[in-house]
Amino acid sequence: MTKNQVNQHMMALNGDEAIAYAAKQSDVDVVAAYPITPQTIIVEKFSEYVANGEVQTEFICTESEHSAMAACIAASATGARTFTASASAGLALMHEMLFVCSGCRTPVVMAVANRALSAPLNIHGDQSDSMAQRDSGWIQIYVENSQEAYDSILQAFRIAEDTGVLLPIMVGLDGFTLSHSLENVKTLDDEVVKEFVKVRQLPEVLTHEGKMAPFRLDPANPMTMGPVAFPNYYFEFKRQQDEAMHNALDLIQKINDEYSKLTGRSYGNGLIERYQLDDAEVAVVCVGSTSGTLKTIVDELRHEGHKVGLLRLRTFRPLPVEALRSALENVKAIAVMDKSMSFGGNGGAVYHEVRHALYDAKSHPQVINYIYGLGGRDHSPHELRRIYEDLLRLLKTGTVEKHLNYLGLRE
Amino acid sequence: MSREKGWKEIAPAGVCPKSSVGFMTGDWKTYMPVRDLEKCTLCLTCVMLCPDGAIRWRPELGKIEIDNEFCKGCGICANECPTKAIKMTLEQE
Amino acid sequence: MTSTNQEWKFTTKDIAEKPDLFLSGHRACAGCGPASVLRLIMKATRGPTIVTEATGCMEVVSSIYPYTSWALPWLHTAFETAAANASGIEAALKVMRKKGKVKDEHVDVIALAGDGGTYDIGLQALSGAVERGHDFLFVLYDNEGYMNTGIQRSGGTPKGAATTTTPAGTVIPGKLEAKKPITEIMMAHEMPYVATASAYYWRDLLTKVRKGLEAEGPAFLHVFAPCPRGWRTDPAKTMEYAKLAVESCVFPVWEAVNGKRQLSVPSKLIALAPKKKKTVGEYLKGQGRYRHLFTPQNQKLLDEMQRTTDERWEQLLKKCEPV
Repeated sequence: MTKNQVNQHMMALNGDEAIAYAAKQSDVDVVAAYPITPQTIIVEKFSEYVANGEVQTEFICTESEHSAMAACIAASATGARTFTASASAGLALMHEMLFVCSGCRTPVVMAVANRALSAPLNIHGDQSDSMAQRDSGWIQIYVENSQEAYDSILQAFRIAEDTGVLLPIMVGLDGFTLSHSLENVKTLDDEVVKEFVKVRQLPEVLTHEGKMAPFRLDPANPMTMGPVAFPNYYFEFKRQQDEAMHNALDLIQKINDEYSKLTGRSYGNGLIERYQLDDAEVAVVCVGSTSGTLKTIVDELRHEGHKVGLLRLRTFRPLPVEALRSALENVKAIAVMDKSMSFGGNGGAVYHEVRHALYDAKSHPQVINYIYGLGGRDHSPHELRRIYEDLLRLLKTGTVEKHLNYLGLRE
Repeated sequence: MSREKGWKEIAPAGVCPKSSVGFMTGDWKTYMPVRDLEKCTLCLTCVMLCPDGAIRWRPELGKIEIDNEFCKGCGICANECPTKAIKMTLEQE
Repeated sequence: MTSTNQEWKFTTKDIAEKPDLFLSGHRACAGCGPASVLRLIMKATRGPTIVTEATGCMEVVSSIYPYTSWALPWLHTAFETAAANASGIEAALKVMRKKGKVKDEHVDVIALAGDGGTYDIGLQALSGAVERGHDFLFVLYDNEGYMNTGIQRSGGTPKGAATTTTPAGTVIPGKLEAKKPITEIMMAHEMPYVATASAYYWRDLLTKVRKGLEAEGPAFLHVFAPCPRGWRTDPAKTMEYAKLAVESCVFPVWEAVNGKRQLSVPSKLIALAPKKKKTVGEYLKGQGRYRHLFTPQNQKLLDEMQRTTDERWEQLLKKCEPV
């Protein structure tokens, strides 16, 4: 620990508990949520804090996720720091409101305990729920472990509420794998968190009264939010949102740096995490907790003399195109892992976007796709190692056997 | 009419910069209300019921005033006036 | 608990002199019942107020960027969400006031919605918000159809009415289902204040809005607001139909404070002098949406409507305190 880093406490927390704890420390004003496996521990833990007077938060147990998101948008529009959590079908039910939230520029922070979508019903972890929301205008960060879940929620308030961004943010953690597994998590003191997350700042906007006023519903400064915008204006509002996403790219890195100086923990540059990529000839791109297992496999293969590496994609939205390209353009063969499907899309979402990022690269890496872990299907390190073996074979032969692979699927 | 603004100039989230009193709906009407001051008892029913707030009580003048910039010519005021002091007349150009 | 001992007294001039908070220049149709209702509701506000509205006619006509007709803070998010929004705003104000993040003053929260946002797509959020006991007033401006999208049927469309999704065809004579008894549903929630009002009786409407705001906890106000476009009526007669609906007992006006129901003056007059009660036919006649009922083959439908109106009126009288 360097002399500027703060004192931290080791706590045994699962991913959900770590998130609830982070929200507790962040002086959240309003939480409006509906329970759904595997996020339930977040709302239950938070309810305990409320019942014991440990937080000054209005906790609205809404009657559905759709209403939860609506209440969050309205609370945030009133100026409150707002937090919620969901997963799977609940996130899907919020779909309409996610777009409204980002369109209304209300910086709601949401934890998503990534879980498979129905049908058939499956309560276990995969990333199809939040991948399906990648166009919703929300910033998306995916974490590797419960420690990062805790850290990322704290960072999320700073990222979302920044007046140059003002976008809602979802922090995804793999359902059950992270949400329910106990881990050693280093937490910060309440005062340190308070100083880091700060109090929510509001930008000033021009209202119909002809004056600039803080952007919130306030009888002293009436303003209209969420109007009808006809074809002559709608496009311009959407462009504003995209610009905000662009601003988030820099901000996420800045916050990661600041947090790193405070705690000693950095997650790559905040956007991507490069693991043994410098001289890697083959690499895997992964989102979420499986990255942890893959890092062990990388170490193993390196020990055997193979030049392999891993890129963990932490920030999915905004997509860090530049960072992806510069990290991967000298790798010769890349396997992109997708814990979700885009039916009929000839590969998963992460695969498409990584290929997109590499399209203009000076070199032309081979990029293949591995769909894995759907519906919480577990993969042994042995199975995952086979991906690298496939890549090393591809390196040797130079020809792709199959672009689209389903890991561990029973034919 | 002012030029429509670009994305850099407008407030986020569609916060409306203008009050609708700048949008004259008066040109919608075909018929306009004409008041017979003799019959009017200043009961203000017309003022209460107008959907557009286009017929107003001016306390400082002690008068009812019709704002033709907003009156859409629906005729509710004429229909509800207890003394039939308002007549809907074809608007002359 | 609604305080009945400090009733809001106002003169017509008091109201007329109050500046409009629902401004002119909105794009509602000429003769729009809901527009008149909204304008009046805003006259009954008593202090700092925030309004949230569901998607619908009144939302669209009053918030076409860059113009707004709202001289107070106003939020629209979606169709289903008026009550959910109100929950979020109320909770945010409560906690922020406690933390000293906003001025320490009471702010009234009003949720506005039409048929769709109340009877149908908005019912879940409304029921949830009421069950949770948020302190807000929910106003339903009932024009008996999804008017903004082109006059489709809603749960609030009465039996026999022609809409674009229940047209009066050669086989089916308009909507076959009865109007959903929304106020009975709200009464079953055992909430502090439930009332009905009609666009014509503006004094009664204003009093009820104020009572709803004063109620501690959720309040529900069902306002009858004719739509000349959707009902195919003369725009000048909007208020006349709002009056006839009450006089024919198709839409009685009453209020319930903590479950104790009593008729309001316009309906009380009918109860006391039954001869003053108009026939349903008098109310329906002249409305294009009921035109098909005035044919020989549909006479029995008209008779049935009179019968059910009378039955419901009798049932209501039993539920109300004696006049």
